[in-house]
Amino acid sequence: MSRAHSIEVHAVSKRFRLGERRYVTLRETLASSIRRDRVSGKSRPELWALRGVSLTVHEGEILGVIGRNGAGKSTLLKILARITEPTHGVTRTRGRVGALLEVGTGFHPELTGRENVFLNGAVLGMKRREIQRHFDDIVAFAGIERFLDTPIKRYSSGMYLRLAFSVAAHLEPDVVVIDEVLAVGDAEFQRRCLGRMSDFAREGRTVLFVSHDLGAVARICDRGVWLDEGTVAYDGPVRESIERYLDARGERASYVEYAPDPDRPVQLVAAGIATPAGAFLDAPRRDEPFAVRARLLVRERVTGLDVKVYLVTRTGLRVLEENLSDSHEGRFGEHPGEWETSVVVPPILAAGDYVLGIAVRSPYERFLDEEILTFQLWPAPHERQEAIDRNRIVQPPVEWRVTPPSRS
Amino acid sequence: MHPSSAERVPDARHSPWIENRPSRKWIPRLDLLELWASREITLVLALRNVKTRYKQTLLGVAWTILQPLTAVAIFSLVFGRLALVPSEGVPYPVFVFTGLAVWLYFASASNLASESLAQHRELVTKIYFPRLHAPIASVLPGLIDLSISLLAVGVFMVIYDVAPTPAIVLLPVWILAAPVVALAVGVWLAALNVQYRDVRNALTFLLQVWFFATPVVYGSSLLEGRWSFLLALNPMAGLIEGFRWSLIGAPPPGMWALGSFAMGAVVLVSGLTYFGLVQRRFADLV
Repeated sequence: MSRAHSIEVHAVSKRFRLGERRYVTLRETLASSIRRDRVSGKSRPELWALRGVSLTVHEGEILGVIGRNGAGKSTLLKILARITEPTHGVTRTRGRVGALLEVGTGFHPELTGRENVFLNGAVLGMKRREIQRHFDDIVAFAGIERFLDTPIKRYSSGMYLRLAFSVAAHLEPDVVVIDEVLAVGDAEFQRRCLGRMSDFAREGRTVLFVSHDLGAVARICDRGVWLDEGTVAYDGPVRESIERYLDARGERASYVEYAPDPDRPVQLVAAGIATPAGAFLDAPRRDEPFAVRARLLVRERVTGLDVKVYLVTRTGLRVLEENLSDSHEGRFGEHPGEWETSVVVPPILAAGDYVLGIAVRSPYERFLDEEILTFQLWPAPHERQEAIDRNRIVQPPVEWRVTPPSRS
Repeated sequence: MHPSSAERVPDARHSPWIENRPSRKWIPRLDLLELWASREITLVLALRNVKTRYKQTLLGVAWTILQPLTAVAIFSLVFGRLALVPSEGVPYPVFVFTGLAVWLYFASASNLASESLAQHRELVTKIYFPRLHAPIASVLPGLIDLSISLLAVGVFMVIYDVAPTPAIVLLPVWILAAPVVALAVGVWLAALNVQYRDVRNALTFLLQVWFFATPVVYGSSLLEGRWSFLLALNPMAGLIEGFRWSLIGAPPPGMWALGSFAMGAVVLVSGLTYFGLVQRRFADLV
């Protein structure tokens, strides 16, 4: 049975004029429009964030959009949400679009929780009556009953996020587009986000979900679209899209450097697998500890800066997730410069292919930076092939003992 | 714990398609129907401005009245006592207070409007709503201050024994016209400020020059005759003299006022047109 479409994207392209994101002064514009010289319009460098993207999404479908930073994922969402216009092409959406590009947009720190629910709900497109109808649910879901009349600047970051997400979760959109909400918040918060997204689809709403978290994408999406340099590189079953994306990255390398992006306050400049002593490794082995090293360039101070390292198997199973702040007590990232982090993983994982994710985050900020690279954990030198091929996740050093039957 | 939204299964099949396509270069896109349908956004944004203003301030609403009172005292001394500026037969403090109340409303409302988009990056880049709500919401909160100031002018009228004339029936018209004039200028400034950072500096300067070119601390009779065209080009001149006529019984504004009102309309329509032309680029620029 063919279901009705609820999102259609027809040959959409989006051009940014580089330098346009920077403020210009009136004088510069006046001068260039009078002289009509090189500074004006056409000769400025351009960037095509999207190039002829077409896709359709059915009602009740959860579509995952994956791809590296700058592939055009966020731009696509912004066009669907009508925050910005396409340069060419057209997008069509049916029904109310709820865009969750950032949790807590429009929240004001001086206002109380109650006031912010109404403010945030309204800017997200809810009518006052709807907000009133859902008010108790929103507050209960966020678990902040006691702090309703406290200014939210006194909230913990967890309370803030729960309230913000709770407002958004009670929108009743027909089409939901979500960008990197999982980049913030704790595990419990992320679990709720994912749960709510699955609910959305069960209720017949259409969900378009952008994330770097391939495990989450694999878990909740039926279909995946891999965007690469502004074009659709693959559109199909979600597992297949993730496989292809990972294979094409060609970064089956234990060390990668990333191009600088001056717009980011904090950025990963290099990441890799190394020995616990720090030397980068081409072929880490499952029976030896290895370290995940990351170099971050801090351009401006970000409150609550944290680094998350996670390992996901090729099937989307998350086997390890650690935050720097879980155990590190000392100073981190509080002044500009290149900081380096390293976390040692003990030899417990089975040999095989892994996706390593390194996310730079802060509970108070929107998405900062995230990169993934794939690597292979090699078997121990004398292991038999038959032992390597077993389908298992952990392979800690175990010790067998045999007690023969006593002869009597 | 489960959100109750499940009770309504959306039936988008009957909803109309919403399209997003490139707009044509010289056709402004304003969509006033959508603006009206989402008018609650204007209200919550305006409320946010009102509420945040007085939170954690020691004197709260007293600030509203302290600023114009100080200015009234200074101008009364400098222009009323020392320079003997004409005040159309009304005691100078009452006369200047009326002008200042309206001017201060205009200055703060247009200032707030100019920052309404540029200062709220997340509203512009992370959600969709008709952008015009932001400048409209900026000119509303000041009306509270304006009303308080006008009440204080009433107290001054009692003190200085100034009786209102029948023209007071027109006072509501001027009170409604004030936010329209502020919006006319505010829409221009909001759109320009997203694109050009120096609008902020220019505005301070512009308001200073404009203040002295407007009959605030002096009466319009000072400019009538050779300089009437200055009054006719200035939307604020007609507004302030209108307030004075209706509230404190000053002589009605001259024929130049028609020009002043027309100018207000021109600024508003051109501002809305400009806003409609450039708003599609706001999210890419802020």
